[in-house]
Amino acid sequence: MNPPELLPRPTLRVDTNDSSPRPESAPEDAPIRVCDFSLAYGTFQAIKQVSLTIPAREVTAIIGPSGCGKSTLLRSMNRMNDFVSTVRTEGEILYRNVNIYANDCDPVELRRRVGMVFQRPNPFPKSIFKNVAWGARINGYRGNLNELVEESLQKAALWDEVKDKLHQNALTLSGGQQQRLCIARSIALQPEVLLMDEPCSALDPIATSRIEDLIDQLKSQYTVVLVTHNMQQAARVSDRTVFMLMGELVEVDRTSVIFTKPKEQRTQDYISGRFG
Amino acid sequence: MGSALGQKPWEPLIRLFLLACAVVSIATTAGIILVLVTEAATFFREVSPLEFFFTTSWDPLLRNEFGVLPLICGTLLVAGGALLIAVPMGLGTAILMSEYLPNWMRQIAKPILEILAGIPTVVYGYFALVFITPQIIQRLFPSAAPFNGASAAIVVGIMIIPTIASLCDDSFRAVPNRLREAGYALAATRLEVSTRIVLPASTSGVIAACLLGLGRAIGETMAVSMAAGITPKLTLNPLVPIQTMTSFIVQVRGGDAAQGTTAYRALFAVGLTLFAITLITNLVSHRVLRRFREVYE
Repeated sequence: MNPPELLPRPTLRVDTNDSSPRPESAPEDAPIRVCDFSLAYGTFQAIKQVSLTIPAREVTAIIGPSGCGKSTLLRSMNRMNDFVSTVRTEGEILYRNVNIYANDCDPVELRRRVGMVFQRPNPFPKSIFKNVAWGARINGYRGNLNELVEESLQKAALWDEVKDKLHQNALTLSGGQQQRLCIARSIALQPEVLLMDEPCSALDPIATSRIEDLIDQLKSQYTVVLVTHNMQQAARVSDRTVFMLMGELVEVDRTSVIFTKPKEQRTQDYISGRFG
Repeated sequence: MGSALGQKPWEPLIRLFLLACAVVSIATTAGIILVLVTEAATFFREVSPLEFFFTTSWDPLLRNEFGVLPLICGTLLVAGGALLIAVPMGLGTAILMSEYLPNWMRQIAKPILEILAGIPTVVYGYFALVFITPQIIQRLFPSAAPFNGASAAIVVGIMIIPTIASLCDDSFRAVPNRLREAGYALAATRLEVSTRIVLPASTSGVIAACLLGLGRAIGETMAVSMAAGITPKLTLNPLVPIQTMTSFIVQVRGGDAAQGTTAYRALFAVGLTLFAITLITNLVSHRVLRRFREVYE
């Protein structure tokens, strides 16, 4: 199962000059590689031997009907499934060539680089400022917190709306603003990868389109993996699309290909709305 | 709903029965307050409130000295010491149960912990007298008396750990998981999630738990009388015998004071003071709570 050259190093190291956009992501520049990965909740096999490469600074959308394992796969990429006690995994997920399921991989360290935005906006019941500064604070950030908060909120396209009320409780914001706050909060940790688990499913169409614009901007600096049940959204914002069905990866290709001439009949059936 | 639109015939009866249940407890409370206030009023006609609250010697049986401060001091010493022990240990236990243990272990641990709350208080009193004082306190401080405030504080602290732990655990559990997920996704450790997300989000529950613990500590009688003694003394030294308000009440009720005497009525004055202290703690904590709690919706 484990080829010796893939054995993990004790610590994760990322080259910090990574944030400048590169013209073309070379195929080997893939922050995350899923290698023959399977996951079961108890006896339920949620993911079956999926292999997938997530290229840097692109938006990869994962689509598929409910229960196909798309959220589970996403949560496997920063080990958020650890908290389910019955979870068992096989195979590997490599982040920068380190197997994140190796015993010596620290999930906390991993999540510093692979951030996550959830389905329902989940700001802390604290002020807007504290929400953004929280992750940086607990991770021992030594720079100027005010600048970090402003920069993160600006990148999340929220600064102009909240700059005069940074010390107001985050729960006073609208749903769409809360979700952008959650994105800002993740960005404040300066991650390399952002995992987004149906980030617009609790939002109205206007808020959704703002988040989609934001995702489009974010990919110049971050690698985005987006789970969505909304095929139009995948078509609008993603560069590559992964189609999953019943725990299996059916097809992965450029988004334009998936939505115009997919190779697999099952993909064709799904995107043309025959099921799901 | 029933067969027709009408009520079932027993519905009004059930309502009446439930009302009766509620009335019994309200009436009891009202009755207690009434007795306390009238008896205490009689007492305060014989002993001035000034003497009662501001003099420092309490010896109602022999020398007619009615300065309640030594008793209040004894109660606060024991209750404060008990909280000092029970709050950190109870919080730690609760964090362990709700944030660290897998669910099946928590389901075993919690009932075991709650058994501790069911042990009769006399047993705790004995435990303090024959174990905590000689084996712990007198080893550390050879000058300590056989009856002392410290052993009472420790034993009452142990007694209220289950209350605090169990209630805090419940309020930690009520914190929505999506807040924990948010924390973990921001590269927080379990301890950071526990202390910086879960704990602040359940401040109100934690304060309520501590207050309930404090209430038990202030009201605890048997174990305290056995461990701390019945020598009223205005002191903060935890190694000497003291007396709390509640142990005075049992002492008098035990037959040391004849009914109708001032000493007997002092019992109600002390009871009323105890009641007032608990009431004030509750009011203050409500204020504190409203200011500090984090509402998560």
